[in-house]
Amino acid sequence: MLHVSDLSVAIGTRSDFTDIVSSVSFEIGRGEILGLVGESGCGKSMTSLALMGLMAEGGPWIRSGRVVLDGFNVIDMPPYRRVESGHGGIAMIFQEPMSSLNPVLKIGEQIEEALAVHEGLAGAGRTRKARELLEMVRIPDAALQLGAYPHQLSGGMRQRVMIAIALACRPKVLIADEPTTALDVTVQAQILSLLRELCDTLGLSILFITHDLGVVAQLVDRVAVMYAGRIVETAPVLQLFEHRGHPYTEALLSCLPDPARPLRRLTTIAGQAARPGAILRGCAFAPRCPKIAEICTIEAVPYAQLSSDHHALCRFPLARPPS
Amino acid sequence: MTASPILHVRNLSTRYTVKRGGKMHEVEAVKQVSFTLGRGEVLGIVGESGCGKTSVARSIIRLTRADGGEVLFGDTNLLTARSDDLRKLRLKIRMVFQDPFASLNPRRSIGDSVAETGDIHGLFQNAADRGRQIDKALRDVGLDGSFSTRFPHELSGGQRQRVGIARAILPAPDIVIADEPVSALDVSVQAQVLNLLADLREMMGLSMIFISHDLGVVGHVSDRVAVMYMGRLVEIAATREIIDRPVHPYTRTLMAARPKPDPAFRIKSGIEIGEPPSQFERPAGCPYVNRCSIATARCAAEDPHLRPVASDRLIACHNV
Repeated sequence: MLHVSDLSVAIGTRSDFTDIVSSVSFEIGRGEILGLVGESGCGKSMTSLALMGLMAEGGPWIRSGRVVLDGFNVIDMPPYRRVESGHGGIAMIFQEPMSSLNPVLKIGEQIEEALAVHEGLAGAGRTRKARELLEMVRIPDAALQLGAYPHQLSGGMRQRVMIAIALACRPKVLIADEPTTALDVTVQAQILSLLRELCDTLGLSILFITHDLGVVAQLVDRVAVMYAGRIVETAPVLQLFEHRGHPYTEALLSCLPDPARPLRRLTTIAGQAARPGAILRGCAFAPRCPKIAEICTIEAVPYAQLSSDHHALCRFPLARPPS
Repeated sequence: MTASPILHVRNLSTRYTVKRGGKMHEVEAVKQVSFTLGRGEVLGIVGESGCGKTSVARSIIRLTRADGGEVLFGDTNLLTARSDDLRKLRLKIRMVFQDPFASLNPRRSIGDSVAETGDIHGLFQNAADRGRQIDKALRDVGLDGSFSTRFPHELSGGQRQRVGIARAILPAPDIVIADEPVSALDVSVQAQVLNLLADLREMMGLSMIFISHDLGVVGHVSDRVAVMYMGRLVEIAATREIIDRPVHPYTRTLMAARPKPDPAFRIKSGIEIGEPPSQFERPAGCPYVNRCSIATARCAAEDPHLRPVASDRLIACHNV
């Protein structure tokens, strides 16, 4: 459904630049959820903004890459052209729904606005469609709630409204950037289950961006782990947790506290996270890697194929490729 | 946990008056909360946003004024202590906050921030002693003395939280209350700070109240866990008991909703677990009644009190 290849985002000028997202490639199938996981500053949100074409003038810019949605390269299309061409199809929801919703407009008006722009609907039909969208995201008393203002809703309900607005343009791909990070766990569980349901019923593809490996384990089909602007490992979720290939993935997973093993000394990662673009030669994780070899700091690292759909950007992956 | 508790909290209640829709409303942020903290023990307090866990912490050291109950530290009730006594007691009970950037003065050097309490209380004999104590506090939290001349903006989030902890331990306290100390940190940094807190506990014999919304983190660091819901303490037991055998319906929901970092064990989808009601629409009886699957008529009428159901487990529920 969505093919991203060799996407690089740079800061600086055309002649003197630094990549903050570097040769990122992935694909998402129809009805599939891909988790893009990494720590703060690794470039995961910048990747999503690049996919959406949300690059401000004078800020980071797309240096290279193709974003092919349903057969069309949308990377050079500004957002309004995507809407007109009908190939837009990528919608986005964010961490804090309150800052994305207009506080002085009723939620019904905000959903109808999206329907007017994207679907050209008007009148009673538009209102009916707005109600259907609220029902689709499991908001109780949908007809009544159309008249509510954002502040009258809980955080979980607001995020459901954001999802309804995103669905108004009938997207093929939904980018969800930390959509449950600000929510309590019981509400989070419900939003995750809603997202899964939408994939199954609408065939929606989701790029789910998060720092939370627990959420990744619970929700996604495949995982891409990002470090310093690069994808360092991709694999189906079970395979990633059971046979991690990249030392960074291994380190991240062993940092997690486990209530079943209380008071155990947690493994930590030596040093500090490399800023994207800070390390120009060799592997960006090398200075923190327990398995570092001389060659790691000298030569560019190739992806090692560990199985047909499991790759790690490492010369000495932990999981062995099948012989 | 050793036999004699270092802190007794009894029937602690804290109310806030909030203006909403032109009318004044009273919100019961903490309602009749009682627990003890053992000497050398780490007690975790877990709950969702607005459940009152931070208000408990703030009420204990009187950053927020409680409306009832008592907090006994030795023979002194912190809630009624005279202000000069209270100031001295606050050297013994220290707090670590969630956002170390917000709790450090951006215009003061790290050394001055760490020494602030000591300066106010006259804990330093002279400038050399002050320097030595700053240096020691920084080394205790894994930073070197050179940090004392730096400023908060030069530090990473993890380093700032270490400074927050250095401030707390400088006067050699007995109790540290840590309110979401790792929630703003990335997992790799979180692990470092959790290890540091475990080391300090060992080294200084600290007792700790550890507040977090994250059951994984609370379960990892705590000897016992207290679960709060809408200002009420609903269950308290040894950590293993809470994790392996949660009894209160809310604790069970909380455990079930926790996203375990293991794709082989996924939460069953479609569980309808509702959302907490607004603080302004508190049910008359048990605060959990509207979401509870085993609620009866009695639950709607009568708020259950915390009662012992096993040797080391207290539960506020009519039906278990």
